[in-house]
Amino acid sequence: MDNDKLKEKVLSIVPNAEIVNGNQYLEVTVIPGKLHELAKQLKENPETNFDFLFCQSGVDYGDSLCVVYHLESLKHKQSIVLKTKTPNRENPIIDSVYDIWKAAEYHEREIYDLLGIKFRNHPDLRRFFLEESWGYPLRKDFKDEINIIEK
Amino acid sequence: MSEEISSVVDIDQQEYIINIGPQHPSTHGVLRFVVSLQGEVVKSLQPHIGYIHRGIEKMCENLTYQQIIHLTDRMDYLSAHTNNEAVCLCVEKALGIEVPERVKYIRTILDELTRLASHQLWWCSFGMDLGGQTCYFYGLRDREKILDIFEETCGARLLLSYNTPGGLMWDIHPNFQKRIKEFIKYFRKKLPEYDAILTGNVIMHQRTEDIGILSLEDAISYGITGPTARASGFSCDVRKRYPYSAYDKADFKEIIYTKGDTFHRYQARMDEMWESMKILEQLVDNIPEGDFTAKMKPVIKLPEGEYYQRVESARGELGVFIVSKGEKYPYRMKFRSPNFCNLAIMNKLTSNFKIADLIAISGSLDLVIPDIDR
Repeated sequence: MDNDKLKEKVLSIVPNAEIVNGNQYLEVTVIPGKLHELAKQLKENPETNFDFLFCQSGVDYGDSLCVVYHLESLKHKQSIVLKTKTPNRENPIIDSVYDIWKAAEYHEREIYDLLGIKFRNHPDLRRFFLEESWGYPLRKDFKDEINIIEK
Repeated sequence: MSEEISSVVDIDQQEYIINIGPQHPSTHGVLRFVVSLQGEVVKSLQPHIGYIHRGIEKMCENLTYQQIIHLTDRMDYLSAHTNNEAVCLCVEKALGIEVPERVKYIRTILDELTRLASHQLWWCSFGMDLGGQTCYFYGLRDREKILDIFEETCGARLLLSYNTPGGLMWDIHPNFQKRIKEFIKYFRKKLPEYDAILTGNVIMHQRTEDIGILSLEDAISYGITGPTARASGFSCDVRKRYPYSAYDKADFKEIIYTKGDTFHRYQARMDEMWESMKILEQLVDNIPEGDFTAKMKPVIKLPEGEYYQRVESARGELGVFIVSKGEKYPYRMKFRSPNFCNLAIMNKLTSNFKIADLIAISGSLDLVIPDIDR
C-alpha cells in the first residue's frame, strides 16, 4: 500500500485527521478522542497491519502537549507517524495504547514521568525515573531551582 | 516447636518479596528488581530504575549538535561509537549532506569493532553470571586489542566521540588497517576457545536451555530488538532493513534463531561475532581515499521539522528523534534506547522460573543501565 492509499484509509477511519507528508514518514494528527480507535484499526486491519511500535515520545509544543507514535508494519514494510495533541496543560489525559502494543507500557510511564501526560487505562502508571516531589522536567515551563540554565 | 515448623511450610505457600540491587553484581549496574517469590519460583518482577538518570534529553535542549555527540557516549557506553553515529546521521539527513565514502567505510568498520568489543564483554560477564570465572579473563584479554585500536585512532578507549556531524574528527592512524587485520587473524583463533570453555559446557546448557522463552508475538508487541529478538525469529536488523553508512556494500547474514530461549540468545550473539569479522574483512582493505569530513559550517542549524534515524547498536535498535525549530539547539531530542524497551520483557520472561534463572535471563538480555536511565 503506498502513501496515497494509506492516506485514504486513515481518512475513512477518522475523516477530519490532519495528514502531512513529512520528511520521512506520513504524519497523521488526530484529536485525543480518536487516537485509540485509529491505532486499533491500523493495527488490526490486515491491509495496514502496523504491528511494531518502535518509538513513542512526548513533545511539549508550548501551546499543547503532544504524543508521537512511530509505527511500522513488518509485513508491508511501511511506516507511519501518529500524533495527538492536547491543549490542556493542567490535566492532560490521552488513551493508553497498551492494549494494542505492549511496548507502550514503559514508553507511557516515561512520558508520564517527564511530561506529566496521564494515560487512561494504563495498567501501572507511576513515576519511573524521578521521585513524586519532582515536577515534569521536559515541559518547557519547568524551572529547575538548583541548576539554572541561561541561554 | 510446632509453630516454627508451620512457619517453614508457610514460606512455600505464601508469596514473599525480596529485593535485588541496586548494587548487585549480576544486574551489571545500578538496577533494582523487586521480586515476588513463592518458594524459589519467581511470580512477578518489578524493575526500579532512575538511579543514574541524568536527564540527557533535557540537557540536549541547551546544547549544540556538536556538543550533543559527547553526551550520547554516556548512554550505552559499550556502543559509544554507534550512538555518536546515530546523531550524526540524523543531523546529516536533516541538512541533506552526503558524507564522503571514506567516512562511511570508517564508520562501519568502527561500528563492527564496537559490536565485537561489546559482545566480548557481554560474553565474559554472562559466563561469570553463571559461575564461570575464567570467561571473564578470556573476554577482557581480547577486548583490550580492540580498545587499543580505538585508542590509536582517536585517543579514547571507551567513550570515543570520534564522529562529528559531517564526518570524523580526524583521519585514521596509518596503522589502522594493519592492526585490524592482525586482530581478525588473532580473534579467529580465539573465538573457538570461547565455544570450548562455555558453549559446550553441560552445566551451561542445563542452565540456559528452555529457560526464559520469548515468543515472536511478544518480541514484536513489546518492541524487543537486537540479538534478543532475533533469537525469537524476529528479523529486526536495521543494518539489513534500512542500510546506513557502508552496510549495503558488505555481504553478511542476519543471524536468526527461532526458539527464543536463553541459549539461543547466547548463540545469536556468538554467531554475530563471526559475522562482524566477515564485515570487517570485506571493508578494511577497500577504504576509499578522500576527505575525512564533508564541508560543514561551524554553527549547525537544522531546518524546521522532525527527523528520525534508526541504527543497529550492539543491543538493538537505537532511534534518534529530533524536533527542530530552526535554531542551533534542538527543540526536543528523544533517544529510543534498545535497553529501555528490552527491560520491559523481564517480568514476563522470568515469571514461573526459579530465582537462579533470573540471573541467567537478565544476563542474556545484555542490559546496560545508563542506556535505560539516560
